[in-house]
Amino acid sequence: MKKKNRFLQNKTFVVFSVLALCIILAAIFAPVITGGVDPLKGSLMDALLPPCKEHIFGTDKMGRDIFTRVIYGARASLTATFGVVALIFLIGSVMGIISGYFGGIVDAVIMRVADMMLAFPGLVLALAVAGIMGASIKNAIIAIVVVSWTKYARLARSLVLKIRDRDYVAAAIVTGSKTPYMLLRYMLPNALPTLIITAATDVGSMMLELASMSFLGFGAKPPAPEWGYMLNEGRACMQTAPWLMIFPGLAIFIVVVVFNMLGDSVRDILDPKNE
Amino acid sequence: MQIVIVLIGISFITFALTFMSPGDPVRNMYTATGVMPTEEMVQETRQELGLNDPFLTQYTRWLGNCLKGDFGKSYSLNKPVTELLAGRLWPTLKLTLMSMILMVIISVPLGMLSAVYKDRWIDYLIRGITFLGCAMPNFWVGLLLMLAFCVYIHAFPVISSAGDFKSLFLPALTLAIAMSSKYTRQVRTAVLDELSQDYVVGAEARGVKRSRIIWFNVFPNSLLPLITMFGLSIGSLLGGTSVVEVIFSYPGLGNLAVSAITSSDYNLIQGYVLWLALIYMVINLIVDASYIYIDPRMRLKE
Repeated sequence: MKKKNRFLQNKTFVVFSVLALCIILAAIFAPVITGGVDPLKGSLMDALLPPCKEHIFGTDKMGRDIFTRVIYGARASLTATFGVVALIFLIGSVMGIISGYFGGIVDAVIMRVADMMLAFPGLVLALAVAGIMGASIKNAIIAIVVVSWTKYARLARSLVLKIRDRDYVAAAIVTGSKTPYMLLRYMLPNALPTLIITAATDVGSMMLELASMSFLGFGAKPPAPEWGYMLNEGRACMQTAPWLMIFPGLAIFIVVVVFNMLGDSVRDILDPKNE
Repeated sequence: MQIVIVLIGISFITFALTFMSPGDPVRNMYTATGVMPTEEMVQETRQELGLNDPFLTQYTRWLGNCLKGDFGKSYSLNKPVTELLAGRLWPTLKLTLMSMILMVIISVPLGMLSAVYKDRWIDYLIRGITFLGCAMPNFWVGLLLMLAFCVYIHAFPVISSAGDFKSLFLPALTLAIAMSSKYTRQVRTAVLDELSQDYVVGAEARGVKRSRIIWFNVFPNSLLPLITMFGLSIGSLLGGTSVVEVIFSYPGLGNLAVSAITSSDYNLIQGYVLWLALIYMVINLIVDASYIYIDPRMRLKE
């Protein structure tokens, strides 16, 4: 029974990693898929066309093809999301491992800062950071990273603390292992699987957070195709042209579903509790 | 004590952020009133507002005023920040409470059903729906609901500024959908944990009716983890309503904050951030305190 179960889980992993790969490839080869249509140019003659043969998702009020913009929008969303996840993963793990391994005042300082971030509804601070520094994708990324790294730091710290006092760690120190070696050889591999699971399951929610930032106007800047911002533009013409908001939203939805499923299956495969 | 340290830290961070920011509040203030300021006017106003003082002086002065309950004046709206925030607090609280109620109404029965009928079709259906619900951006849900109920059916107003039940319902429902998806899963896990306890088997062996076990034993026992979640989601809701408030033009705190940010109204942003942090922490304290009433074991530990 158990064997079959794990096999099944692996199958979902296979299916959804193929789908995720398709999304990434679509983003990379956007010009090929859209047949060379420029996502930034449109003719006002074609403004607000409902979905038809030439424009399968319709056009927006500048006459730009929605399908093209949705496909190109994958680039912005995916790079920003992966950037955010990679950064919080890196910063959080490093801070957490250092904090757990060295303890003392370093630990106290890092953890108090983490407390502050945790004592706080995340989006509020992220909005404040992005708003104050000005609207751009880069600032939206920084804002979310500033707020979210603490989760990983806490996790890494607790994982390090679990093995910090084990005999084999003490033995390694006694036999003269240098600190960087200790961190890389013992602490990091111990914390890594759990951290990777967390990162994999976080991709979807980070994407949603970035999209809501741009929706509010604190992310991508106008002419660039980005899903959150396209929804914001679509909101104004909701009555006359609902397709403006339906397709970018659908794109976010589908991509988040795929990455959530992928994250969940990675968790199921890596989580030692399931073995 | 912990709270004081954290609050001071947060106040420092927000103040430092606004201090480092590139926008100039004085120029923004003048542009808002439609005046093109000369260089002297800008300098004079800066002097008047104390914006030329060194960082720490400004910070301590600001903090001192905050402790007295004075968060300064909003540059863009020309009103005291405290008054503005207080005026917007109630609508946001109303929205939060309404969506929490909706969330409980939706998620507790679904979660229970899903746990009790584990691995049956109804469980799979509920899990599937909650999974999709988690992946929907809440602003998209809001827009779709608006499209369906306001544009096509005309059942609800498009702009929810009236403050009555009708204008509250759609924004609250939007928030509730995303949250109930998460919460239903929590309810399911909590109830499943409780169902696998020995006393359930024992009670069943003694011939107690299953429905009785579920309602009188399992349900009360699985409340504890749910209350933690509940408290946490009140907090994140208070801060997370901005997107939905903007969509429905609802006159709440989040909407105020977004407009404050776009017009770089620093006093207002700082006040908003501090207020929310305070509210959030008070809620967490209440949640912690409520354990004592729910779980008698906690009283013994004290």
